[in-house]
Amino acid sequence: MHVPDGFLDAPTSIATAGVAAVAVTIALRGARREVDDRIAPLAGLVATFVFATQMLNFPVAGGTSGHLMGGALAAVLVGPYTGLLCLTVVLAVQSLLFADGGITALGTNVVLMGVVTVVVGYLVFRAAQLVLPKRLSMVAPAAALGALVSVVLAAATFVGLYVVGGAVPIPLDTLLTAMVGVHVLIGIGEAVITFLVVASIVAVRPDLVHGARRVLDVRPLETRVSA
Amino acid sequence: MGAAHGHRLHFHAHSPLHRAPAHLKVAALVTFMLVVVATPHAWVPAFVAYAVVLAALVALSGVPVGYLARRMVVETPVLVFAALLPFVATGPEVDVLGIGLSEPGLVAAGGLMTKATLGVLGSLLLAATTEPRDLLAGLERLRVPSQLVQIMGFMVRYLDVVTDELRRMRTARESRGFTARDPRHWPVVARSAGALFIRSFERGERVHLAMIARGYDGSARQGARP
Repeated sequence: MHVPDGFLDAPTSIATAGVAAVAVTIALRGARREVDDRIAPLAGLVATFVFATQMLNFPVAGGTSGHLMGGALAAVLVGPYTGLLCLTVVLAVQSLLFADGGITALGTNVVLMGVVTVVVGYLVFRAAQLVLPKRLSMVAPAAALGALVSVVLAAATFVGLYVVGGAVPIPLDTLLTAMVGVHVLIGIGEAVITFLVVASIVAVRPDLVHGARRVLDVRPLETRVSA
Repeated sequence: MGAAHGHRLHFHAHSPLHRAPAHLKVAALVTFMLVVVATPHAWVPAFVAYAVVLAALVALSGVPVGYLARRMVVETPVLVFAALLPFVATGPEVDVLGIGLSEPGLVAAGGLMTKATLGVLGSLLLAATTEPRDLLAGLERLRVPSQLVQIMGFMVRYLDVVTDELRRMRTARESRGFTARDPRHWPVVARSAGALFIRSFERGERVHLAMIARGYDGSARQGARP
């Protein structure tokens, strides 16, 4: 769920908007290194992909279904900087053109669902890659771990923001238990879906997956002349 | 993007609100919502005044009320959450139909519902009266980094192409007799998402090459507007 208008007070909303602006500025610089001058069309199309996968329903049980948030997925697929830009643009478009997520809460939403999920997702992914065997088949499990931790930490960050600027007196321990508890379940779903999606892409086009570059065998072109 | 297509929320009309410059509308919406968010929950007359202002703008825009009302469903999760607040919040309790509910929780739920509803209505009005192309130009005038606006432009432009691709994949799956019903079917749906990523990425590369072929040098230049 996107944070709506009025959930956090005005100073907190403005402060998170400032954090989001700084993060996006850094990402704009870093993305140049990841995708050079292809950034606008590529990040645009990947943002569209993230938006579309959020519309893809994964049935859970009894008619309910969940969908992907996609922060860790985007970070693994196209790199953290480009991933953050994609998530930011998705959230901005959802807020401005689809009225999903309050316009004053856009900074909050970018921090929670963009910055935290992408940065945490990518860091956990890289850490897992260092520990796990350096094989192509290990990219998807590492991404899944990143997805799980990123969702739970995003929920915890939300509780933190809520303590600072929440508008409703909910006891902190109740809120923390409820939010983290629910998001561990959501995170497991996110991890499974991220695993399946990354595995299916690595199986077909590992060269497109940013997180797989380090473990991808270099296969130089060989020219042989037959006698 | 065909210039006249607009997007799903845009309502074609010629009201003063439609003609107003997009950057003014965005700035006005952000200011208005910041004032709404900063208003204490207890100031009921102020919220009535905000609602009257929005209602007047809706009337001015010529967008049918039913058109906006149908699209308010996006707010449902917020309303569900707000309805839970009186049960989990602390503070003095009041008896409502024999159930003890937290009084600050009730006030906060009312405040959240009011503020979120005003926000959704305001955003819907902006989306209904502004073409995406104008919105992007407006954001650029508001000093949003041009690269970010460019990315947003590509997203808006290819939104229908990519979501149509996703829909075709679902049609293809269903025409083969497959409907996702429980988590055992996730691998199939996830493979569609994987295929969608590859197609989107490759489309991005093709678009980039096509742009280079037309003299793109990495900078955003406003083309001639039709």
